[in-house]
Amino acid sequence: MQYDIIVSGVGGQGILSIAAVIDLAALHCGLHIHQAEVHGMSQRGGAVQSHLRISDAEIHSGLITEGTADIILSVEPLEALRYLHFLSPEGRIVTATETVVNMAGYPPFELIEAELRRTGSPVLVDAAALAREAGSAKTSNMVMLGAATPFIALDQDILEAGIIELFETKGEKIVAMNIDAFRKGVAFSQQSIQQTVL
Amino acid sequence: MKKHLLLGAEAVAAGALDAGISGVYAYPGTPSTEITEFIQKSRETAERGIHASWSANEKTAYEAALGMSYAGKRALSAMKHVGLNVAADAFVNSAITGVNGGLVLAVADDPSMHSSQNEQDSRFYGRFAMVPVIEPASQQELYDATVRAFDLSESMQLPVLLRLTTRISHSRAGVTRAAARSENALHAEYAPERYVLMPHNARRQYERLLGKQEMLEQLSGSSPLNRMIPGTGPLGVLACCIAFNYAMEAKKTFGLDISILKIGQYPLPRHLVEDLFARCETVLVAEEGYPIYEELLRGWFDDRKITGRMDGALPRAGELTTSLLAEALGVKRPAPAAIPGIVANRPPELCRGCGHRDLFEALNRVMEGFENRHVFSDIGCYTLGALPPYSAIHTCVDMGAAITMAKGAADAGLRPAVCVIGDSTFTHSGMTGLLDAVNEQTPLTVIIADNDTTAMTGGQASAATGSKLRSICRGLGVEEARISTIVPLKQNLEENMATLREEIAFPGVSVVLAVRECIETAARKKRRSGSKPANQ
Repeated sequence: MQYDIIVSGVGGQGILSIAAVIDLAALHCGLHIHQAEVHGMSQRGGAVQSHLRISDAEIHSGLITEGTADIILSVEPLEALRYLHFLSPEGRIVTATETVVNMAGYPPFELIEAELRRTGSPVLVDAAALAREAGSAKTSNMVMLGAATPFIALDQDILEAGIIELFETKGEKIVAMNIDAFRKGVAFSQQSIQQTVL
Repeated sequence: MKKHLLLGAEAVAAGALDAGISGVYAYPGTPSTEITEFIQKSRETAERGIHASWSANEKTAYEAALGMSYAGKRALSAMKHVGLNVAADAFVNSAITGVNGGLVLAVADDPSMHSSQNEQDSRFYGRFAMVPVIEPASQQELYDATVRAFDLSESMQLPVLLRLTTRISHSRAGVTRAAARSENALHAEYAPERYVLMPHNARRQYERLLGKQEMLEQLSGSSPLNRMIPGTGPLGVLACCIAFNYAMEAKKTFGLDISILKIGQYPLPRHLVEDLFARCETVLVAEEGYPIYEELLRGWFDDRKITGRMDGALPRAGELTTSLLAEALGVKRPAPAAIPGIVANRPPELCRGCGHRDLFEALNRVMEGFENRHVFSDIGCYTLGALPPYSAIHTCVDMGAAITMAKGAADAGLRPAVCVIGDSTFTHSGMTGLLDAVNEQTPLTVIIADNDTTAMTGGQASAATGSKLRSICRGLGVEEARISTIVPLKQNLEENMATLREEIAFPGVSVVLAVRECIETAARKKRRSGSKPANQ
């Protein structure tokens, strides 16, 4: 098996935490992992992305080849489109719908949504609302990880163990909140898959 | 064996720790910063008392590392590619003196300029200094090669340049660590014939360095970093560093029957290269960086057999990718989905609530009153002041150039001559320029944006902030009355504008310290103190 995931968003949205949880889970499963990150200047509110590759065979390139990504997992809708050239024709976009408008020329959401819908069966998640239900808007990233989980070949339990490991130094309350956010994301996607099937 | 998920930068750090270093000397710079941070946070550093504090700049860092090596111990120095320009004097001459304890210089290049002002290739410096250069292609290889680099350094009595690029430094993969070696004992030896580089010694040492070159090439020839992955087709790839990964990926994804010569240690081993050319009709030279070896090989072999960055098979600038290599190897694929036209750029910006915003607001209003509104500036978060909505600064060239360029412009007659420089950049390379201005009583206003940290690279300790900066300015000869402090906050706007106006009007050197802590660092401190029990 091999999964190539582009994780994207805006600097400060917790992109690297999403990648870190998937890393921990894949490591636990004895899989090969390669994760390319962006540090430095763009972390100041700029576009941030991570190439995340997990496989049961050796991985050579840290970067995903254009046109081959299985999933674009984005915490911001415009940022999902920024990496569209990486998505495989069979690939899927899983993105939060809340926009971060911190630059000139940000397009109206309707246009973004139309472009997203053109990609097949995108999963559009009101992550901000689910995160607030979980107790903090900051957990949007874990909602999105949850929403992507039904499409990634990693068990929900193992990903939850990864969340616990990543956040345990911050205390039980933070861990519980992030797990809750993650589960809300999983439930959302499962429901939307069922609706598609029906 | 336990696998650690490490960034390439962290793999270098772990390798250096396990090779028994006694110190790391570095100045932060993307994509090299995590090397030193990993060592600073490691258990071994606390237990063994390894030196890991930041240096004032790359030159002081490398020289201190050379001093530690002189004393017999192993030292790592780390910096970004443009940092090596600053340390170049020390680095090139340390090849002439040679080393005692193992000395490895880890330099991280930034092709495609994700966070840099150029994409210079540090392998040039390695060739220039005639020292061994290594550039491993995976995180595990980085770890293993770093450990061996210290052996190579000690056996050849030469510094070793370890080159990384952004994508290898900033990607994570599993790394297995070996048992740590012990540090060297202190054994400084008198060897003035090596270390006193007066001409008679330098000539002899240079001859010794030249004499080592053949041995260095032999060592490259037997290095595990250089190896052939043979194919039977007419195409070959000479793949340097990370280009090897892309070549392997292309071979696997597109089922190419190509021979790949992986190169990760220099000087280039001629017999391996000859073997590749004997096997193949055409060789693609794929280098992450400048076409240094492509140029060399076009002299060694028949030019028609070679393709690469110089003939346009690969783009001349920027990072390589699997797609670029595949295309250069003749793979035809459908074009990937286009990025929709509505996707506007999202440039980085100053944080909401950052003091630099208030400084630029005040400065812009003051500069509006002048016909010439040039503001010279420098490298740091405040460089973002060049972008809208502020567009407040008009130069950013190299560390410290704000002050010296403003001085030169003042010498040319530009009035007012104003510059903005950060606290860390000022101590890195700004102080000497200020001394020049003081000595000539140049009409110049230097604004030091003191946010109490090296913010752009993630909040590392700055060499001098607060009252120490004031003392430095006084010590350099700026009059006490001409050093003022402002606090860049919204409510101080009028007051700050008045101070800036007054200092800009002064016809000599004046310094305005704009002091306000970085909000990111302040928030981190608060979180840290908040999580501690009350009795600590």
